[in-house]
Amino acid sequence: MKNKYSIFSLIKNAFSQHENWKQAWGNPEPKKEYEAVIVGGGGHGLATAYYLAKKHNMKNIAVLEKGWIGGGNTGRNTTIIRSNYLWDASAGLYDHALKIWENLSQELNYNIMFSQRGVMNLAHNLQDIRDLKRRTHANRLNGIDAVWLDTKQVKEFCPIINTSPNIRYPVLGGTLQRRAGTARHDAVAWGYARGADAMGVDIIQNCEVKGIKRNGDQVEGLETTKGFIKTKKIGVVAAGHSSVIANMAGLKLPLESKPLQALVSEPVKPIIDTVVMSNAVHAYVSQSDKGELVIGAGTDAYISYTQRGSHDVVEGTLKAILELYPIFSRMKMLRQWGGIVDICPDASPIISKTSIKGLYFNCGWGTGGFKATPGSGDLFAHTIANDEPHKLNAAFNLNRFVSGDLVDEHGAAAVAH
Amino acid sequence: MFIINCPYCGERDQSEFSCGGEAHIVRPKQPTELSDDEWAEYLFMRKNIKGVQFERWNHAHGCRKWFNMVRDTSNDKIHAVYKMGEKPPLI
Repeated sequence: MKNKYSIFSLIKNAFSQHENWKQAWGNPEPKKEYEAVIVGGGGHGLATAYYLAKKHNMKNIAVLEKGWIGGGNTGRNTTIIRSNYLWDASAGLYDHALKIWENLSQELNYNIMFSQRGVMNLAHNLQDIRDLKRRTHANRLNGIDAVWLDTKQVKEFCPIINTSPNIRYPVLGGTLQRRAGTARHDAVAWGYARGADAMGVDIIQNCEVKGIKRNGDQVEGLETTKGFIKTKKIGVVAAGHSSVIANMAGLKLPLESKPLQALVSEPVKPIIDTVVMSNAVHAYVSQSDKGELVIGAGTDAYISYTQRGSHDVVEGTLKAILELYPIFSRMKMLRQWGGIVDICPDASPIISKTSIKGLYFNCGWGTGGFKATPGSGDLFAHTIANDEPHKLNAAFNLNRFVSGDLVDEHGAAAVAH
Repeated sequence: MFIINCPYCGERDQSEFSCGGEAHIVRPKQPTELSDDEWAEYLFMRKNIKGVQFERWNHAHGCRKWFNMVRDTSNDKIHAVYKMGEKPPLI
């Protein structure tokens, strides 16, 4: 890679007051035609372009982004990475991603600040205990690390949790995936953008797709705000706006788009060195490297593209947070925001071909797509390049809604994150 | 969050209501004769419109009655509220 980042480039640039760093990726105008076009310049889309160029030798490709790189859900999620899903298909998919995460900073020559600080899932009732224990067994059969902790061990692992038996939903135990953790979300988008750009991928920002041109059942190109772009292969990774793009091609998807909220507190000294989630009371928290508490709230119960979210949702989450962590009662919240997530009926994603030749969709990640970014990009690139799915994403096809072979992950995906 | 004018109770906070998704999806008359594709269409496939959408709502923490609403999903502006069985307004 040209302009490799290293201690030497850092020293060299220090002599010029860091004013001569080259742009990490370019800002080209679209060409008339591409071998493939990726719609959506978030982490998943950029990773797709990166792996198309790197592993499938497709260099004449473009990524179209209607806003700016990392300005959508990539920069709005709560950065949690884990792979402790229940079913074999999901375990394969999410652990594939986790294995790529483990070496991603080195591979991209870009510090994505991946931190395997562990993710703990709490149990608050008998059914939680049964479900979570079952999930740890399923995880271990699939080679994914998972352990069950009793209440005392939960308290040892995260001392600020209120484990009193007298609270409304007492902590009865929890599971822990030690390989899980967090990463700096927008660095992931920037790292992939830089890597893809270095291999000749055109990253075109402020370019919104307005229509999809078809000739019979084959795609021919895209109408965009920067003119018509000819291509035989379109990979759509548009998250909450997937249905909008699908409707342009005359397709319907099994998705509903809803605002999902998150919020961060004022920065404080290190107080919580892991990620703690609770499905039953619907709250989860971690601490960013800047010191802010990063708190995830839920989705609104109705379709909306407003990127705001309702106040009562945040209120409910904070009530649960305060009961579990009374120490946070006087923390001030600094920022709150929403992102539009595309939710599938079975809480699993779609990485699939469609009934239209050359049109591929990677969507339905719902409330938890960030963790899968590298794996999703890798498998979607495989699907686009070979016009057939990789064995790891074969189960995540669109046809499962016809065949009934759903991948029900409501249990593992229940807390929106 | 917004205020909804329930056709039975009047204006109430949205948090009192639950949303039942896209409206006017007709239940199949002869389910036994439906193909798998038609079942998928009925059960799962949704328009998920960004813009003016017809949807069903329930006043869950109020009169518990169902009704229909026309709402712009891009700005949460409500254009009309009408009772079940009534003709959808032209918008």
